[in-house]
Amino acid sequence: MSSNWVEVCAAEEIDEEDVIRFDHDGRTFAVYRSPEDEYFATDGLCTHEQIHLADGLVMDDIIECPKHNGRFNYKTGQAKGAPVCVNLRTYPVKVEDGSVFIAIS
Amino acid sequence: MDIVIVGAGECGARAAFALRERGFAGKVTLIGAEPHPPYERPPLSKDGLAGAEPPKYVAAVERYAEAGISVLTDASVASIDRERKAVVLAGGGAIRYDRLLLATGARPRSFPGVSDDARRIRMLRTHADAAAIRSALLPGSKLVIIGGGFIGLELAATARKLGAEVVLIEGLARVLSRGVPEEIAAVVADRHRREGVEILCGVRISEIHEDEGGAAVLLADGGRIAADLVVVGIGAVPNTELAAAAGLALDNGIAVDETLRTSDPDIFAAGDCCSFPLSHYGGRRVRLEAWRNAQDQGTLAAANLLGAAEPITAVPWFWSDQYELTLQIAGIADGAETTVRRELGEDAFILFHLDGNGRLIAASGVGPGNAVARDIRLAEMLIAAGARPDPAALASPDTKLKKLLAA
Ligand SMILES: Cc1cc2nc3c(=O)[nH]c(=O)nc-3n(C[C@H](O)[C@H](O)[C@H](O)COP(=O)(O)OP(=O)(O)OC[C@H]3O[C@@H](n4cnc5c(N)ncnc54)[C@H](O)[C@@H]3O)c2cc1C
Ligand code: FES
Repeated sequence: MSSNWVEVCAAEEIDEEDVIRFDHDGRTFAVYRSPEDEYFATDGLCTHEQIHLADGLVMDDIIECPKHNGRFNYKTGQAKGAPVCVNLRTYPVKVEDGSVFIAIS
Repeated sequence: MDIVIVGAGECGARAAFALRERGFAGKVTLIGAEPHPPYERPPLSKDGLAGAEPPKYVAAVERYAEAGISVLTDASVASIDRERKAVVLAGGGAIRYDRLLLATGARPRSFPGVSDDARRIRMLRTHADAAAIRSALLPGSKLVIIGGGFIGLELAATARKLGAEVVLIEGLARVLSRGVPEEIAAVVADRHRREGVEILCGVRISEIHEDEGGAAVLLADGGRIAADLVVVGIGAVPNTELAAAAGLALDNGIAVDETLRTSDPDIFAAGDCCSFPLSHYGGRRVRLEAWRNAQDQGTLAAANLLGAAEPITAVPWFWSDQYELTLQIAGIADGAETTVRRELGEDAFILFHLDGNGRLIAASGVGPGNAVARDIRLAEMLIAAGARPDPAALASPDTKLKKLLAA
């Protein structure tokens, strides 16, 4: 499997316990910074309806969809119950020289 | 133990799955009068009206069998035999229960004098209703909507997208007079007018009838508005007949306590059909017609059917979509003494409602897309926490509400 690292933004541009939207090559991702200051990435759209998760609220390791409050664990992508039942895909993330990169396969 | 759920809507379906999620291994039977397995109603007045077939199911059809939930569709419960602890089906036969959940929902209030068989005068609650309305909404056709509540307004927006002409008639002085602040209702009404919807407020209707190929609305002032289709959206009434005939206590819905228990300890009720005490608002009794409430109460009912005796703690929450606008409301604004406004960029704002003690009791927001969602969600958490946030902080977009929550 080949994956290429893509630069998202400066690490400081994402607040702690927050999320940003990242569009690349016709796809959309959500990139998170956890309260423990780690970075994660998932698909950008909710699996219930096609809604950008980056407008939602991050609480601990949960991203809550802004539309109907569907919840996912953004570290694992796991859907945490109604109305969402399909998991999110997650992507590897690294921070180098103060910048966040995600691996898009 | 056998658990029977009457009403296969959002609430009944959620309760059935939640029973399994809690490890319940007994029999679960979900009985619904409609021909479909549980589906979501919110899309019916939104994009779903424009062509979802089949409806958007609450859960994929095969998941019921996987979870060992028997679903009876097209099956209406005619009565509850509390002595024998069984529900009696309209088609004959009875199903025994140890614990029963009533999730019978609500039905649209009908307009006096209009027959249920009218084809050109409709109401909107079910997938079948939506399909019938959609088939009449051809480009250039004329739709008259009676009632400026959420369903009427959402339908107006969808009908405009489909190219129909829309007149909306509201008896009161403005649209959304129930539970929505005037400033927000005005934004919504303006948006509709810009889209060419004719909104008539403070107009009394004396009669609606079908006529050759269409329908007509006769106004109290003598006016007459002709339509290809009239849709009546003047509120909903809870389905309480089963409960009433079984002698359960009613109070604007099936009356339940803070654990969703009816006056019979083995029978619970949840969702649109029940009224319950709202702890964050001094225990005042309310009945909500809201999607998330139906889910939350379905989940809670499952716990309490199994003996958890957990109280309702959720804060009411509602959303509506019209054109690109989304409106979200958390809490109940009645009794607010102070209202502060927070601007969230172009065309988006939230009104925070505080009571006489400075406690945040509600937040209502409107804006394009999900512009207000995050702050409304945080407001909901502040309400649940009983917070008394500084009004100046609420009004300032630079103050992060998350900070107030941590404070
Ligand atoms: C067009 C429309 C748009 C909406 N949009 C929104 C929105 O944007 N946001 C929001 O928050 N809420 C919205 N709602 C409200 C939301 O859909 C309801 O709050 C929710 O469906 C309530 O779920 P429920 O399971 O309690 O009741 P229901 O969904 O009404 O389900 C009850 C079911 O029980 C069945 N039943 C009743 N009696 C019997 C019996 N004796 N035997 C067998 N079955 C029976 C009924 O046929 C029905 O299928 C909307 C509702 C409608 C109609
Ligand atoms: S779109 Fe995300 S929960 Fe519905």
